[in-house]
Amino acid sequence: MPKLSEAMETGKVIQWLKREGDAVKGGDLILEVETDKANVEIEAFGSGVLRKIVVPEGGQVPVGTVVGIIADPAEDISGVAIEPPPAPAAAPAPASGPAAPAPAAVPAMETYRSAPATAAVVPMTPEPARVAAAAAPAPAPPRAPAPAGDAAPAGGRIRVSPLARKIAAQAGVDLRLVHGSGPGGRIIRRDVEAAQAAPAAGVAATAAAPALGIARPEAEYEDVPLTAMRAAIAKRMPLSKAPVPHFYVTSEVAMDAAWRLRGELNALEGGVKISVTDMIIRACAVALGRHPSINASFQGATMRLHHRAHIGLAVALDAGLITPVLRDCDVKPLSRIAAEARDLAERARAGKLRVPELSGATFSISNLGMFDVEEFSAIINPPEGAILAVGSVLEKPVVVDGQLAVGRRMKLTISCDHRVTDGAAGARFLQDVKRLLEEPLRLLV
Amino acid sequence: MAVMTYREALNMALREEMRRDPKVFVIGEEVGLYEGAYKVTQGLLKEFGAQRVVDTPIAESGFTGVGIGAAMAGLRPVVEMMTFNFALLALDQIVNSAAKMYYMSGGQFNVPIVIRGPGGPAAQLAAQHSQSMETYFYHVPGLKVVRPTTPMDAKGLLKSSIRDDNPVIFIESETLYNVKGEVPEDPDFTIPLGQAIVRREGTDVTVIAYMGMMYRAMEAAEELEKEGISVELVDPRTLRPMDTETIISSVRKTHRVVVVEAGAGFAGMGSEIAASVTEQAFDDLDAPVERVTGANAPMPYARNLELLKTPSKAKITAAIQKVCYA
Repeated sequence: MPKLSEAMETGKVIQWLKREGDAVKGGDLILEVETDKANVEIEAFGSGVLRKIVVPEGGQVPVGTVVGIIADPAEDISGVAIEPPPAPAAAPAPASGPAAPAPAAVPAMETYRSAPATAAVVPMTPEPARVAAAAAPAPAPPRAPAPAGDAAPAGGRIRVSPLARKIAAQAGVDLRLVHGSGPGGRIIRRDVEAAQAAPAAGVAATAAAPALGIARPEAEYEDVPLTAMRAAIAKRMPLSKAPVPHFYVTSEVAMDAAWRLRGELNALEGGVKISVTDMIIRACAVALGRHPSINASFQGATMRLHHRAHIGLAVALDAGLITPVLRDCDVKPLSRIAAEARDLAERARAGKLRVPELSGATFSISNLGMFDVEEFSAIINPPEGAILAVGSVLEKPVVVDGQLAVGRRMKLTISCDHRVTDGAAGARFLQDVKRLLEEPLRLLV
Repeated sequence: MAVMTYREALNMALREEMRRDPKVFVIGEEVGLYEGAYKVTQGLLKEFGAQRVVDTPIAESGFTGVGIGAAMAGLRPVVEMMTFNFALLALDQIVNSAAKMYYMSGGQFNVPIVIRGPGGPAAQLAAQHSQSMETYFYHVPGLKVVRPTTPMDAKGLLKSSIRDDNPVIFIESETLYNVKGEVPEDPDFTIPLGQAIVRREGTDVTVIAYMGMMYRAMEAAEELEKEGISVELVDPRTLRPMDTETIISSVRKTHRVVVVEAGAGFAGMGSEIAASVTEQAFDDLDAPVERVTGANAPMPYARNLELLKTPSKAKITAAIQKVCYA
């Protein structure tokens, strides 16, 4: 099970695209995997025959686990150390009677199966050894496979310092309600003390008699298990918001010229359809080249200034969001940006993104314009240094040469990491983006 | 009280103990006529004569063995290592004879010996002469290990070491010999082994350090005071037996710990203290114990690299800020 994203800890085999006995070449798509962020098709790392499918469809295993074996047809694969595949994640069985049988606990001894065996197993011709997806080091000791339907895979454990835990216990503070300000969201003493000091949560509203004849569920509320994507977002966002000091700069852009230009371009026969987002991507790509501190990542002792503009595009999905990366926007013309952005967004919605398309952004854009949002602020996706939040293009009264007129206006808000850049730099970048959009012919040259 | 150097305080301790007890004698390379490579034994040959201030060949294993034999026979030798790095040549004598004799003879022979000399990083003494040698010795049951940070401690702890009935490893520092401080002139003044001292009171974090690192940590603490971080500094003084009680009671007050040591961190004093703190004060910790240690590498000769390898004030400051979530 290859590690397909920074945050990925386990992956689920959705579908095998090859059967046992099928010949495979390096680069062939052999299986489809569901990660915390997307469904991803996995390519074979080497050639041979798919000799054995170790993890069946539906199986969820930790990163690094052998999911299958590709080897020469004649090769003896009996020595391949295979961790016992955990029981397939029993689907959140709708009405399947009693709970699915608990997966047999892996005997402790199994953990110590010799790792080198894996490495030595498949000397393949003529390339170096490879077990499907097993370039990974020795498989992580199998944790007891997560029981099916077990929510909150990683976010469940509360990180809290021993002292904070003790104080919370003494004071009767519910740690689940305390925001942790330490590294990785660790709850430390001051957080518990702050929670203690905070006024008790608003007195429960007096149970108002239902005034309207609206049917409501009996229960006050329900706890819905997190989907893998929700859990990943929940885990990742505090990693940005807490340690990254955000600041925000907003500017309004006159979109009349851009709107007209877009209309003209889209009227051209055979041309690619251009969206407002595409124009913003192009404007940002050009502006990023002029404002290196916006296209930068905080690295602790250094700042990394990126010499490419790889732009992440936040795509809303029903279950959350995903941010595919449009690479090298600084050297791509608007038409190509438009074509590629559309392709990425479509495949993102279809869950068909490839691994490399999900990482490596140096800057991101989040557009909620289609939701009639005037303006909003976005959370930076580390290690990027900034993200641009795009509102709707709205018709509104504007003053032109002293006269009231109707104009198209759009608000842009940039969130910047104050560790790499400052307010004035953010404002200058935004000014540049604004000028590019207000004189949009610049986007075409 | 008189103000004197660390070197003079050691000399005073030796002189007082030699006057007090005729069984005490000094042995080592250049301790007599040359009055010590670092002049710690200045004037002793003149006062006590060649019977009690013995110059030896360059043969650490040999003269350490002589010292152990003399101790078994009832004398109280003080063996000088010109630098403690040379004690490696006498390791078998120290580890297998001095440390274990009392146990293996069923209590028939104790070995009241002090082995002393400078150790730890100094100024461009390079890989072989800059080692924090205490790590080699505090691992051995049967040895006591002392690292005195101030002139007063140098005097008080050396006197206690000489009076102790067990072998004591007493490691000084080239960089501290000229440090001045107040020292009691009272010949009965001693500091018991195994007693840490709180050198600076604070409320936010306990920093544990000794020798040169204590001075560096003190500077960091003074600066952090301006940022509103109140640092408590604990100097263990004796590394074995370790006074964990003083450390733990400080941790219970501050809830955060930084351990500083000049030597490499792997299985070092910081590891030991971190383990003790976790065992005895886990529920009092608001942050993981942070260690600031020398880099895991031989000491480079080049000055700039030497500074890079040893814990700097900046690294100590950063560690303190980290555990204070500042």
